[in-house]
Amino acid sequence: MRCWLLALALLAAPVLADSDLPSARWANEQLPDPRQEAAAKALMEELRCLVCQGQSIADSDAELAGDMRALVRQRIAAGEKPEAVRAWLTERYGDWVSYRPPVEPLTWPLWIMPLLLLGAGALLLRKRFRRRG
Amino acid sequence: MSRYLRFVPLAVLLLFVVVVAWRLVMPEDTKVRSQMTGQPVPTFALAPATNGIPGLSSKDLATGQPRLVNVFASWCVPCIAEAPLLMELKRQGVPIDAVAVRDKPADVAEFLGRHGNPFERIGADDESRVQIALGSSGVPETFIVDGRGVIRYQHMGPIEPGDVPALLGEWEKAR
Repeated sequence: MRCWLLALALLAAPVLADSDLPSARWANEQLPDPRQEAAAKALMEELRCLVCQGQSIADSDAELAGDMRALVRQRIAAGEKPEAVRAWLTERYGDWVSYRPPVEPLTWPLWIMPLLLLGAGALLLRKRFRRRG
Repeated sequence: MSRYLRFVPLAVLLLFVVVVAWRLVMPEDTKVRSQMTGQPVPTFALAPATNGIPGLSSKDLATGQPRLVNVFASWCVPCIAEAPLLMELKRQGVPIDAVAVRDKPADVAEFLGRHGNPFERIGADDESRVQIALGSSGVPETFIVDGRGVIRYQHMGPIEPGDVPALLGEWEKAR
């Protein structure tokens, strides 16, 4: 009996995690204009899914990600710039929603670190070659 | 100097253990909060989500008294868990409206028939547009909107019995 209940629970949970409605029109359909589609695709790859945090909305199968893809395509098709769409979402979910961190005092270390590390590497190399030579 | 250097690996190990223990005891909060708290509700107008209950628009939320807006769905299991607590809030005089995310009229009616209807208005959000405009990242979520239509508070996840006093307090504060 308990085994049966467990099996039923396992079967039942995934069914209830999603809605019954089909995905939004532009969630999985490309825009007719290839330039607009390319812009939308590029933006979708840089927006984070709110459900499967860590996946982009381009990669995620979550329904909310599908609806976000539809929103991105509709806004781009309506002539909005990708950066405006990104800003609109950032206004709602914070910088977290974008995979491209803004350049501001808080994120300066993030942007400067690769340069610093490259510089340190170059210094190390120079020391090494000098000693040999 | 070199006498102490040999303790470095031990120090690194200790640091590692401390960090792991800290995150085990206090797991990171992975909720993505709405940045709309303190902002006016974005303009929207949603059709009724089911027969006999009016739809919801942003105008309905600026009525001079604070209201709760519950983002829910009939297909969402935690929404069932919080249903009795929404009924309790309604009983205590809190006006509550709802946004039904990706839902069907018949399913909404069945959900309300089974778990009670604490809502005055329910808007149908078929493509999660209003949910996204509110900065909500899942169901269920509950927003408190003051009498001028400004979002004052966001509760993420199902309302649990212990959350009721806090919600009532925030609702009073928004008056």
